[in-house]
Amino acid sequence: MKNHVYRPLFVVLVVVVLILAVRAVYVPDDFGVGERGYMYGWHRKANADEWKMVKVKYLGREYCQDCHADRYATVMAGPHKDIQCENCHGPAVDHPEQQPTLAIDRSRVHCLRCHFPLPYAASERSKIPGIDPDEHNPGMECSECHNPHDPMESLK
Amino acid sequence: MITRRKFLESTALGLTGMALPFTAFEIIDPRKLMAREASDTSKVRWVFLVDTYKCVGCGLCVKACKEENEIPYDANVTRTWVERYVLTKQGELLADTPKGARDGFTTTKIEMGPGKYQEVKEEDIDKAFFVPKLCNQCENPPCVQVCPVGATYATADGVVHIDRSWCIGCGYCIMGCPYGVRFFHPVHRTAEKCNFCYHRITKGLQPACVDACPFGARRIGNIKDPDDPVARIIRTERVGVLKEEYGTKPQVYYVGLSKEVK
Repeated sequence: MKNHVYRPLFVVLVVVVLILAVRAVYVPDDFGVGERGYMYGWHRKANADEWKMVKVKYLGREYCQDCHADRYATVMAGPHKDIQCENCHGPAVDHPEQQPTLAIDRSRVHCLRCHFPLPYAASERSKIPGIDPDEHNPGMECSECHNPHDPMESLK
Repeated sequence: MITRRKFLESTALGLTGMALPFTAFEIIDPRKLMAREASDTSKVRWVFLVDTYKCVGCGLCVKACKEENEIPYDANVTRTWVERYVLTKQGELLADTPKGARDGFTTTKIEMGPGKYQEVKEEDIDKAFFVPKLCNQCENPPCVQVCPVGATYATADGVVHIDRSWCIGCGYCIMGCPYGVRFFHPVHRTAEKCNFCYHRITKGLQPACVDACPFGARRIGNIKDPDDPVARIIRTERVGVLKEEYGTKPQVYYVGLSKEVK
């Protein structure tokens, strides 16, 4: 048989082998069918572990409690007991080692998240005491009068 | 002498013959696949419960989620968000979620578009409430089926993940999700979505949004644990899911769902 008949065959063969070789190198060994089968589990298995390795940034009020026991006790005795420290103080990750001070959100709008009155009866929002920010000491920070840890006690 | 017919025949035969040994490269065995599809050995299936009566629209969940999961804070993308629905006496349905409610709802004006607001008077309101949204971690996730490269997948414990190193950013999954929970991560340039804070729940912690919520509107549980309080509520109380008609079997359950919620 003549050479020109086989030449395209060889070209196809080389391309296929090349693709398979690249695939063998490029696709990780753990890539394949996971527990959820071909339709939902076709993936690189190590990835789920990579997601588990993401750093936890919000550590919860129990983390704060050890060093800031007095503040913790004040908050837990007051109306803001359900609010996590980190909701205002920011995530405590690397505190105090790398992050000696946390960026506290003292802004008016932060308080207004709950205390701007919205008359929505179908939501608990309507039951939270609210203020009109245009009438109630505009321009001032709430924390100038209210101690956020115990907002009403500090006014007495 | 070779004829055209003979050439085509031998080419087809040759290619088929070559393909046979290449199946060794393929890892799929259909019988094994079926067996895996049928077996369900995981002891955990994460589910989420949202109580819309308790949500006040403070948006602390959104703030915590963005910080915890390193979603650029000022970019208008977020893994979870809170929607406000206001139904007026005139029969109008208004809904908004300014910046995904990252800063909560601190005005009675409804955001109707970029820079456009509509004032609703208190006496005009028939019904108004808040609905937190997040990935439904569907049992039949359409976003996974459309991925052409196997970059998104469901784990045995029910969470749908995105492999950032494998995602090519084609955006099919973003289009495929009926709930609109997926978006492009502006830094990683890949698809992005809520994964129930997988790094937290696998360590025994709660998702950041659940911890941040002062009102207990968000809860996470394991539906396969009969003693799990969240699983019990889902089993014994009246809960709804979003867009049930799509057949995606969403695993975020809502207490107090209203027909207006899309």
